[in-house]
Amino acid sequence: MLYPTTSQTVGPYLHIGLSGLNCADLTAGLPDPGAPKVVIEGRVIDGQGNPVPDGMIEIWQADAQGVYRHPDDPGYAGKDDARSAFTGFGRVPTEPDGSFRFTTIKPGRVAGPDGTWQAPHLVVSLFMRGLLKHLSTRMYFPDEAQANENDWILQQVPAARRATLVAQQTDNGGLRWEVVLQGKGETVFFDI
Amino acid sequence: MSQLAQYRRPFWDTQPGYRFDPYGSTQLRSPNEPLIVVPQTLSEITGPAFGGAFVRQGDNDLTRIASADAIGERIIVSGRVLDENGRPVPDALIEIWQANAAGRYLHKRDQHDAPLDPNFSGEGRTVTDAHGRYQFKTIKPGAYPWGNHYNGWRPQHIHFSLFGRAYATRLVTQMYFPGDPLLEFDPIFQCVPDVKARNRLVATLDWETTVPEYALGYRFDIVLRGRNATPME
Repeated sequence: MLYPTTSQTVGPYLHIGLSGLNCADLTAGLPDPGAPKVVIEGRVIDGQGNPVPDGMIEIWQADAQGVYRHPDDPGYAGKDDARSAFTGFGRVPTEPDGSFRFTTIKPGRVAGPDGTWQAPHLVVSLFMRGLLKHLSTRMYFPDEAQANENDWILQQVPAARRATLVAQQTDNGGLRWEVVLQGKGETVFFDI
Repeated sequence: MSQLAQYRRPFWDTQPGYRFDPYGSTQLRSPNEPLIVVPQTLSEITGPAFGGAFVRQGDNDLTRIASADAIGERIIVSGRVLDENGRPVPDALIEIWQANAAGRYLHKRDQHDAPLDPNFSGEGRTVTDAHGRYQFKTIKPGAYPWGNHYNGWRPQHIHFSLFGRAYATRLVTQMYFPGDPLLEFDPIFQCVPDVKARNRLVATLDWETTVPEYALGYRFDIVLRGRNATPME
């Protein structure tokens, strides 16, 4: 048995090594991403409400049919690639005002524990100076109230805090999702 | 409760927590609430697969980005990426970044008064081969001061970012150099109580990859989380 390598912070200069993989638009170059595009905008703020200007966010999600582009997804294994040109991966740095923006699609439902179906969601990793280990969270969709209600993972979260994981609809048809690292309205983070 | 085969939880004291006061930046960026422990679902046991498509030939040589050589001590950094079960992790994307030989990053926020090197950008990437092996050629980074505490200096280090097979195996870490006297004073290196765990972040001098008359070799093996063989019931 080996022990996993100890995590260390990305530090303030992460952009040097990590910008090459930036992807803010997961639908870019796809003639048919399989579902309507949705813009997710938000901000990362610290325990004093200050924006985090030097962080990075990664998202991972299934395609519109609820299939991950990965051999361990039984729905993907053996399928031809054409359908899943959608990679499901996004990465952006946070802007000087702490903001971030992704363009993507709402994923389909994927299997959850105990034979349940999870509500549509993104899994999200946060990296920044001051995080010795990245934070894991999830973003759910506001127009899926019923599915969210029955989501196995969301049910592990105290009811009063679940709203921190659900984006809000904006007037222009997009989604807004704030990530609060600490204190009032603190976002739920998971130990996976 | 039926679950997919799970990636193991870290052994006690081998991974850092979030709040660690000696490293000042953790104080406002660490959650107050305890993390909610959840099993890994299909969402966490899958993850992006980049393979070689994202990496171009030469991306693992940081010493030759321009027509002239980068300044500093040339080194070969290599190793294997394994999982906890000792199995190699093939096709793992590794991204690295670092300061130049003078201890300066090519970054607008780095205000350290040390020279930039026009022939060194400090970024590299590669993908592990079928045996989990990787190799970089680069320049030994310099130490540099930081504002965490009075007269604070970061030990020489290279940042590593890895994607293994799954979202759950994502790892960002730093590689250090043997014999660096700054290690014992560095709050980031000291972030975990387990001495052996942090010492595994220190590369070893490697004669096998040292190229005579050319470059010293350093070996840095990286271990990602490993999966239990069977699903949990």
